[in-house]
Amino acid sequence: MNVTTKHRLAKDKLMLWGVCLFAALTAVPLIAILGEVLLRGYDQLSWSFFTQPTPTAYKAMKAIEAGEPIPGGIANGIIGTMLMLGMAVVVAVPLGILCGAYLSEHSKDRFAQVVSYLTDLLQGTPSVIIGIITYIWVVVPMKGYSAIAGSVALCIMMLPLIIRSTEETLKILPASLKEAGLALGGNKARVMMKVQLPAAFGGIFTGVLLAISRVIGETAPLMFTALGCSFIRFAVDKPISAVPLLIWEFFNDPNLQELIWGASLFLLLFVLMLNLTAKYLAKKWNQ
Amino acid sequence: MESVTPILEFKNTCVSYTKQTMAVKYVSAAIEKNTITAIMGPSGCGKSTLLRAVNLMHNLYPNIRVDGEILLNGENILSMEPIDVRRRVGMVFQRPAPFPTMSIYDNVLAGFALNGIKLSKAEKDATVERCLRSVALWNEVKDVLNKKGTFLSGGQQQRLCIARALAMKPDVLLMDEPTSALDPIATKHIEELLLELQKEVTILIVTHNMGQARRISSKSMFMYLGELVEYGDTETLFSNPTDERTRAYLTGKMG
Repeated sequence: MNVTTKHRLAKDKLMLWGVCLFAALTAVPLIAILGEVLLRGYDQLSWSFFTQPTPTAYKAMKAIEAGEPIPGGIANGIIGTMLMLGMAVVVAVPLGILCGAYLSEHSKDRFAQVVSYLTDLLQGTPSVIIGIITYIWVVVPMKGYSAIAGSVALCIMMLPLIIRSTEETLKILPASLKEAGLALGGNKARVMMKVQLPAAFGGIFTGVLLAISRVIGETAPLMFTALGCSFIRFAVDKPISAVPLLIWEFFNDPNLQELIWGASLFLLLFVLMLNLTAKYLAKKWNQ
Repeated sequence: MESVTPILEFKNTCVSYTKQTMAVKYVSAAIEKNTITAIMGPSGCGKSTLLRAVNLMHNLYPNIRVDGEILLNGENILSMEPIDVRRRVGMVFQRPAPFPTMSIYDNVLAGFALNGIKLSKAEKDATVERCLRSVALWNEVKDVLNKKGTFLSGGQQQRLCIARALAMKPDVLLMDEPTSALDPIATKHIEELLLELQKEVTILIVTHNMGQARRISSKSMFMYLGELVEYGDTETLFSNPTDERTRAYLTGKMG
């Protein structure tokens, strides 16, 4: 081996070490966040934390004075989050899938290109703006904050993600699949419903899970729409709480600050679980 | 030769992908009922393009133009609705393409589902058995009908696709190099199957494999650069081609 070769190999090794180091550095914040939330929030997790609504500041203060753990939990937030997510999913999933199917089949149409561009814009729209718009569109005409308004905001945020994942998944399906369906005499709509969409199910479902995990932690749009509520409620036309809203409320109330970590841990674990499920499904589907 | 109405007839059929060039140039040929006709020629000669014109696959791609006439039982299919044509003209692709989310059973019946045709349970069972028997797959899969079609071997998958096409009782079956992705044994099975099937359906098969064309077809076409150079009885075409280009291709001097 001559000197230049040695030199080149050494450089190569140095580069490798360099990129490994930076890769490790990017993992640091993530692990630090996980660790911090886990350490601080672990103690608060108990059965009642998930079944009890938020305590009043007075009750919390009394408990702190007596040196006891703060009573109550985040059940009102969990129920609000699930209720609003559920309503948003019911609307956003069919709408997003149909739109994605259109975009993948007619990608050359002028109209499809415009819609595709708007989808990108929507995806890039700051969530706080979506919140204020929903306030104008839904909260003002309905004369009040409500779970419906919150779910509209979340639905708008989920749409571009579902549209994109549907479109991309359909586009990577082999053309032979669609052609085989059409060759049997099916019309385009039937081939889409019976052949293409079922074949793309894994990718679309993964996209939906990722969309849910994207919006589940959204706080800003819910401040303008769902507002918050300190007790458990199932009404869709009344203000309602959500886990990220609770975290914000806890932060603003010195007596409740202890609860931040339990709520954060719940949110973090939930999103983590959704992501892992999405990854697992994507992998299984690719096989 | 006494005049038999051909089941399929190309009349000056042209296909072009761009305005400047034609992939298939003025092909005229009449295909007889219940025969196997092989379309041969080097890569890019337009044989698949010609085949895909018959079930109006080109309609999916707005840039592609098909001119001239293609008559199915005397009717010009170029002016018919694609979904009507495709019910009467089945197609089997190069790569076996069973629908991945459907069971073997549902794959055979896919044509009915895609056409919105409702069948009773008994009709379904009978159709599945009939079609799988006609492709000699019944004995191999009768106990696993609810398994996904993609679990089968390549050759079995291709036979499943043939069964799926046959279920619609087409007049013509188009096959685009159906064995090029299969091993020799699976290929042999399919060839034997096609010889059997020509009693029910007229087969038009694109093949790269000259041996295959000679083994199974009664008529052969040789295409070169988009033109139909020679069309006639397979035996004559192989033993005594009239065109110099056919001779060169068959003897391996061009390809």
